[in-house]
Amino acid sequence: MAQVFIDGNEAIARGAIKAGCGFFAGYPITPASTILQYMLELLPANGGVALQAEDEIASMGFCIGAAMAGRKAMTATSGPGISLYSENIGLAIVGETPLVIVNVQRQGPATGSATKGAEGDIQFSRWVTSGGMPMIALSPASAGEAYELTVRAFNLAEQLRVPVFLLTSKEIGLTRESVDLDAIELPANVERCRAPETADYQPHDFELPAQVPLISDFGGPHVTQYTTSTHNKEGYLTSDPEVIQEMIDHYIAKIEAVTDAIALYRQDMEQGAKVLIISYGVVSRSVNVAVSELRQRGIKVSSLVLQTLFPVPETIIKSALTGVRKVLVPEMNMGQYRLEIERLAASEIEVVGVNKMDTTLISPAEIIAKGGLA
Amino acid sequence: MSAPIYKSYMTDALGPLPFCPGCGHERLLKDLDRALVKLQTDPAKVVIVTDIGCIGLADRYFVANAFHGLHGRSLTYATGLKLARPELTVIVLMGDGGCGIGGTHLLNAARRNVDITLIVANNFNYGMTGGQHSVTTPGGAFTATTPAGNIEAAMDICATVAGAGATWVYRGIGYENDLPDRIVEGVRHPGFALLDVWELCTAYYMPRNQYNKKELYNLVEKSGFETGLLVNKTRPEFGAEYRKQSSHLAAVRQLDILEQGFDHALERQTGIVIAGSAGQKIRSAAGIFSMAGMLSGLHATQKDDYPITVMTGHSVSEVNLSPTRIEYSAIDSPDYFLVFSEDGLKKTHTWIGKLPTTCLLMVDEELALPDTNAHLVKLPFGQAAKDVGRLSIGIIALAAMLKQSELFPLAALRTSITRYQPSAVAEINCKAMDRGMALISRTDD
Ligand SMILES: Cc1ncc(C[n+]2csc(CCOP(=O)(O)OP(=O)(O)O)c2C)c(N)n1
Ligand code: SF4
Ligand SMILES: [Mg+2]
Repeated sequence: MAQVFIDGNEAIARGAIKAGCGFFAGYPITPASTILQYMLELLPANGGVALQAEDEIASMGFCIGAAMAGRKAMTATSGPGISLYSENIGLAIVGETPLVIVNVQRQGPATGSATKGAEGDIQFSRWVTSGGMPMIALSPASAGEAYELTVRAFNLAEQLRVPVFLLTSKEIGLTRESVDLDAIELPANVERCRAPETADYQPHDFELPAQVPLISDFGGPHVTQYTTSTHNKEGYLTSDPEVIQEMIDHYIAKIEAVTDAIALYRQDMEQGAKVLIISYGVVSRSVNVAVSELRQRGIKVSSLVLQTLFPVPETIIKSALTGVRKVLVPEMNMGQYRLEIERLAASEIEVVGVNKMDTTLISPAEIIAKGGLA
Repeated sequence: MSAPIYKSYMTDALGPLPFCPGCGHERLLKDLDRALVKLQTDPAKVVIVTDIGCIGLADRYFVANAFHGLHGRSLTYATGLKLARPELTVIVLMGDGGCGIGGTHLLNAARRNVDITLIVANNFNYGMTGGQHSVTTPGGAFTATTPAGNIEAAMDICATVAGAGATWVYRGIGYENDLPDRIVEGVRHPGFALLDVWELCTAYYMPRNQYNKKELYNLVEKSGFETGLLVNKTRPEFGAEYRKQSSHLAAVRQLDILEQGFDHALERQTGIVIAGSAGQKIRSAAGIFSMAGMLSGLHATQKDDYPITVMTGHSVSEVNLSPTRIEYSAIDSPDYFLVFSEDGLKKTHTWIGKLPTTCLLMVDEELALPDTNAHLVKLPFGQAAKDVGRLSIGIIALAAMLKQSELFPLAALRTSITRYQPSAVAEINCKAMDRGMALISRTDD
């Protein structure tokens, strides 16, 4: 065992280095600031560039520029910063830019409780920019998972040419915990598929909608173009409705096509259980305690912990719902992911939320009591 | 001189330029093309970054790389591109509109001095959206949004960026024949270069203000703004300086690996709260204590609470130790509670009132406590710290608690201190440990 004692923010920074991150820009905000600090410390020695931007809009702009020039890029902020990222996230989507965006959630709305926890940006992550394109969001429950999911987030970003959210919270980001990083099996790093030097190049070329276009970095062998406006496969402005729709379908299809493949979850199903608890993030740890307590009392209960929140892993959720009468969805928000579960649960299944946003963790006892399982 | 390899960096493959007849942008783009031909840079190494607005339509008429981003943010993409690939020639085309909405990027690009050339196509209004006023609209001018004349003052872009530290600043009228040469100079300048180029929006600004080419020249005098090369100085370029610094930076800090060297007798998750004041090294003591637990084969979590103004008020750390993986890290029912300052007491006052009878509450003997059900032990932590060192009060209290509780061996704490703290600190903290342990034998007497 090679235990270390680190917090989630440092785990993310170390994961980013493992993933081959070569660029980081961020703007200080509690509880995400230390990621900027760690990246400033770690990146230069690894040949990368890390810097503090003048605001969150610039953080995103720097990252998008660097990502399109070939670097694996990451930025980190909290809720107020995500609001400022919004427009540039749309740009990253239409420009098909690989990028990892860390949101260390804190209590909101607005400035909220700057140093206190919440997981209130769940649907905000899904619908973060105008136009409503799908997003990928991964949510770790611990420092160890944050380390691993950071690598996975980079891999997905590079593989699919999309911005990927890594959703943690103050509770994960700033809590130090014992973890054996070396024991965590990391996936192999994925590199973006670059267009062959000799071939003609179109920045958004695909035949089937779900196909991810090959990329050629700015400064690479091809002359290339990038635009925020509706564009065709060459990356030139277009007003042709057919082409515009084709591109929209493409942004959606490339994510939908991998929904099952990128569904990350932990399942702890009990034979004959009529109660299922679906959770994610730090709350899932309280669920783990609640589940073992309930089982000790002889109450049958199953648990599904999601690490991929978006695209919603519908197949696994539906299969977990089979034979269930009641689903509990505990969340440190007022019931955001519950909307997804309600949409997927058959009408005879009772969907119950356990919710609070008072900055404190939801306890195992609260899950048992509010869930009507006491 | 040999014949140029690149005869033009523009293409009419997508048809003629899209601007209104007489629009100043057309002439500016052609001057930029002339400048690029003079520079003869490989088009694959040139990036034209365009802002939003009519000027933003320019990107697709170049055969060099083109990057068309959000309104006002073009300098940010340019910065990312240039820092990622220093060998690129990065030229930004932005309207006066972009200078307003992206004002902070303008100031910060000037301060930061990344090697980017910004050409402002300054036509004193927002052409694309119908001729509204911008930050450069002259006082009194008529625009769609200043129907009775502009009340706001026009921003002197050059003076503004110069004030922000720009190293190369030029202002000129778009009709000047030397503009291509000026652009060449700006591009060659090793740092942030800005060209504020005044031109005409024939669709909106011209008719509304009965403007013409002559008026544009008159405006120079009326505005009192200077023209020509206004700043030309050298300051280290950000990227080059950053790379230089990086090569000097020490190797990355390695994580402390905590190999188990001791045993523990803990049977369940145990919550410990340590409440003191800012400046008492509470976080550090809690960390060293947690790591000592890990050296004894325990799992640990640590959470710290302190005011945003870190040098005043309370500092409270919550530590969990457990023989198994820790899931729920909040401490609803503490097993050990240490308080040794007024700030710490104030912060945890209500909590202390609700402590269970099973909790061992160890407090400094000077503190006046609320009623509590916890098992209370008063000890002279403050006095001990006066002897050993103010910053070691956390270790004193934790050593006392550890001796009393036997959660894991005292030797593990000593190892954690000597192994993971700088030697000067460790020396004091070893003494602090002895003092803390001695406090317990004293109460036993
Ligand atoms: C965030 C945002 N706000 C508003 C707009 C609308 N808009 C498009 S162009 C423009 C003004 C452009 O003016 P300028 O930069 O002077 O360029 P010009 O059209 O004069 O060349 C505005 C406000 C936008 N595209 N994005
Ligand atoms: S509206 Fe003005 S800025 Fe735009 S193309 Fe026409 S003349 Fe040029
Ligand atoms: Mg303008």
